[in-house]
Amino acid sequence: MLSLMTARDGNGLLSRRHFVAGGAGLLVATPAALAGLDLPPGMTRPGGGFGVYGQPSPHEKHTARAIAANRDLPGNGVSWTPLQDLEGIITPSGLHFERHHGGVPAIDPAQHRLGLHGRVGKPLTWTVAELLRYPRVTRQLFIECGGNSNSLWNAEPRQTSAGAMHGLASCSEWTGVPLRLLLEEAGAEKGATWLIAEGADAGGLHLSIPMKKAMDDCMLALWQNGERLRPEQGYPMRLVVPGWEGVTHVKWLHRLELASEPAMSRFETGRYTDLLPSGKARQFSFVIEPKSVITSPSPGQLLRDKGVYQISGLAWSGRGAVKKVEVSADGGKTWVQAALDGPVQRQCFTRFRIAWQWRGQAALLKSRVTDDTGASQPERSALVAERGRHGEFQFNGIVCWAVDEDGEVSHVYA
Amino acid sequence: MCMRRLALAGALALTTVAYAADLGRELPHTPLGKPLTAANVPTIWPDGRGLPAGQGGVVAGERLYAERCQSCHGERGTGGSGGHLAGRSALAGPNPDRTVANYWPYAATVFDYIRRAMPPAAPWSLTADETYALTAYVLHLGGVVPADAVLDARSLVAVRMPNRDGFVPSSEAREAGVR
Ligand code: HEC
Repeated sequence: MLSLMTARDGNGLLSRRHFVAGGAGLLVATPAALAGLDLPPGMTRPGGGFGVYGQPSPHEKHTARAIAANRDLPGNGVSWTPLQDLEGIITPSGLHFERHHGGVPAIDPAQHRLGLHGRVGKPLTWTVAELLRYPRVTRQLFIECGGNSNSLWNAEPRQTSAGAMHGLASCSEWTGVPLRLLLEEAGAEKGATWLIAEGADAGGLHLSIPMKKAMDDCMLALWQNGERLRPEQGYPMRLVVPGWEGVTHVKWLHRLELASEPAMSRFETGRYTDLLPSGKARQFSFVIEPKSVITSPSPGQLLRDKGVYQISGLAWSGRGAVKKVEVSADGGKTWVQAALDGPVQRQCFTRFRIAWQWRGQAALLKSRVTDDTGASQPERSALVAERGRHGEFQFNGIVCWAVDEDGEVSHVYA
Repeated sequence: MCMRRLALAGALALTTVAYAADLGRELPHTPLGKPLTAANVPTIWPDGRGLPAGQGGVVAGERLYAERCQSCHGERGTGGSGGHLAGRSALAGPNPDRTVANYWPYAATVFDYIRRAMPPAAPWSLTADETYALTAYVLHLGGVVPADAVLDARSLVAVRMPNRDGFVPSSEAREAGVR
């Protein structure tokens, strides 16, 4: 078995072929069933009762969002999804990242109204109850804040968990009303090329979205992962704009206005625009470019013993579906294609996996995604050369984790 | 209309699998929107449409700023928990200032943002005159208007922001008519 497991790929990555060959030998013998009457304690006394809403095991308290908020305004800040502690592709609703500028409003759905006006034939308003009678669609979609991973623009690599670096990205099953139905009901005028969406939060965050996208695949989401939206995710309703920057997914949505131009609000001019080395800034950079990150092993984790480790991570692209993910254990000299959990969906997290033989050697782990449009992730150095270090938004460069001889994982630029 | 659509959907169901996520398909439903009569629309456009009547100047703005803004933005906008509002370091330089005066393309946006978001403990609490005054003061901090400037809807929009031409729209925005 050992000889079969000796990887010929770069620095220990085990391709599928090695896996198959070594498969049988990899099985660890299960412990003998019941040796004597040494029973698990739970078998000898009655367990706990029922709960109206289930909670995670008390042993999983560490699986929590990291928070960074303004010291004078606790509702202005972010909380990151702990990507390093999660598996699969769906983010539990209570761990979905948050980015609020004016805190979470407490909204009574019976009082909430959605208005649609501006360049329409008939300005209209709906109650939540009325919207609940419209046709619904469900899609699993990621949402990523444009400011996700922004520490990687810094000159020095930040040392924190994968989630606290890249966890302003989460993925949920969203259910709601196709926005198109509401826009058609009000009757968009010919010149209506932009949709202004406004939240009912302090500061009334508002954003402009081209009508083409609004009519194509946007959703007025009322459910997340099977239940109604959480307050911090926009209860009772938010916009979902598949594959586009998080800030466009306006939460606590209460007003839609059709217009022939964007509103040029603060959040599409002074912020969420990407400053380039020339001094010019990219504006309305809506589409999330292909991106991936290895969540295990990742910084803060420790490889305790030598042997085979299961490298696992997430890949996504706002342009379409993930086509392939390659992983390198030697800093990008050689790459091996990882396996993808299916089904692979458009504008959705995709889980990738590859086994890796760690013999106690130093290693540089990287992942690189290519989507079905052919777009792929640039090396960080290439991205920084093109965009400079003051863009703040839209970082999608390749991320590198270093494993040292002691099995410690850290974040490096390499 | 809906009966016809329902019949059509029924026929389709017999012959093909219909995927709900195909947003382009027929979705029979009763339109339930009620006429909207709201007159007060908060949007302020870059050309000044939506700006309210009223006026205010740098002098009044400085006084208001000391009372309601300085605790978070510092004396003369030099910074605090709310970030700095003054500062004009070159956008192409090593420490670019993305401040209002240095970065924002439209003066109307400044009025809009202060009115709807500042001070954070009481958004929408400033009067139109106060908002014009604070807008004038913030623009003055960045050297965009002189110390004796008084702004109203017309003169605010006449302020040409230094970085007005500093933005490159994405292809999606260009397709929707932004130059
Ligand atoms: C409690 C602290 C606090 C007070 C008081 C406050 N602000 Fe702010 N201000 C902030 C914070 C925080 C932000 C950044 C908000 C964000 O990005 O979500 C901000 C942002 C701004 C901005 C945008 C700056 C930029 O570069 O994008 C302006 C302009 C502004 N404030 C003006 C004012 C004015 C005028 C007042 C007084 C009426 C005021 N602020 C009072 C905390 C405060």
